[in-house]
Amino acid sequence: MAPALFYLFALLTVASAVGVVANKNAVNAAMSFLLCLVGVAGLFVQLDAYLLAFLLLLVYAGAVVALFLFIIMLLDTQGRQNWGFKKFSTFTSLVALGLLLTGLGTFVARGQLDAPNPNAAGGVGAALKPYAYQLFTTYLLPVQVMGFLLLIAMLGVIVLSKRIDGPEDAK
Amino acid sequence: MITATLNEYVILSVVLFAIGFFGVLLRKNTLVIFMSLELMLVASTLGLVAFSRYNHTLDGNVFVFFILTVAAAEVAVGLAIIVALFRKRHTIQVDELNSLKN
Repeated sequence: MAPALFYLFALLTVASAVGVVANKNAVNAAMSFLLCLVGVAGLFVQLDAYLLAFLLLLVYAGAVVALFLFIIMLLDTQGRQNWGFKKFSTFTSLVALGLLLTGLGTFVARGQLDAPNPNAAGGVGAALKPYAYQLFTTYLLPVQVMGFLLLIAMLGVIVLSKRIDGPEDAK
Repeated sequence: MITATLNEYVILSVVLFAIGFFGVLLRKNTLVIFMSLELMLVASTLGLVAFSRYNHTLDGNVFVFFILTVAAAEVAVGLAIIVALFRKRHTIQVDELNSLKN
C-alpha cells in the first residue's frame, strides 16, 4: 500500500479525463469517462470510503454513463464532430489556465495542508452504520429534500420528453 | 493505512476539475460538454472525501451522497433537454444553437 497505488489510480484518472475532453468521438469520450470513474472509485477505496466507491460505480458507471451512451447512439451525430476552437474561447481558456497554474503553484509552494495524522484513527467512512445514523439524524431534512428533488426531476423529464408541437416542428 | 498526503489528493482534485472545466469551455458537442460537467462534479467529490478522511469526519462523505443524487437528477433532466433540443433543431453542436443571439 505504497503511494504507488495512489499514483497509479491518479494517472489513470487524469489520463482518462483528458481522454473525455480530447476525444473526437462521443462514444469514446463516454468510455473514457467510465474509466475515469473507475479510477476515482479506486481512490475512494484508498480513502476508506468503500460505500461511496460502490455507489459511484453503481450510480455513475451503471446509470449515468449508460444513459449517456444511449443518448449518443440515439442522436447519432456522426460526421459532424468538428474540433475547431473559437478564438475567443481559446483566449479565455488560456487566461483561465494561467490563473489556475498560478493558484496551483502557490498552493504547492505554501506547503502541506494542516491535517491530523490520518492513520491515528481508522476511516470514519469505512463502516456503513455511521452513514445511516447521520442520514437519519443530522441530515434528515436534506434527505427529504433530495426525495422531492428526484420526484420533481422525474416529472420534469416526463414533461420534457413529451412531443410539443413547436413552430419548427410543424414544417 | 494511508500514505499519500492530503495535498496530493487536493491537487489531483483540482487537476480533474480543471480538465472538466476546459472541456466545457472548448468542446462544441453538447453531450461532451455535459460529460465534462459531470467530470467536474466527480472531481469535487474526490476533494470532499479526501478532506473528510484526513479530518476524521463523516460530513464530507455524507455530502457526496447528496452530490450523487443531484448529479443523477441533473443527468436525467439535462439529457431530456438535449433530446428535446435535437428533435427541434436537429443538431447538438453549440455553435449552431444560436437562435437567441440575434
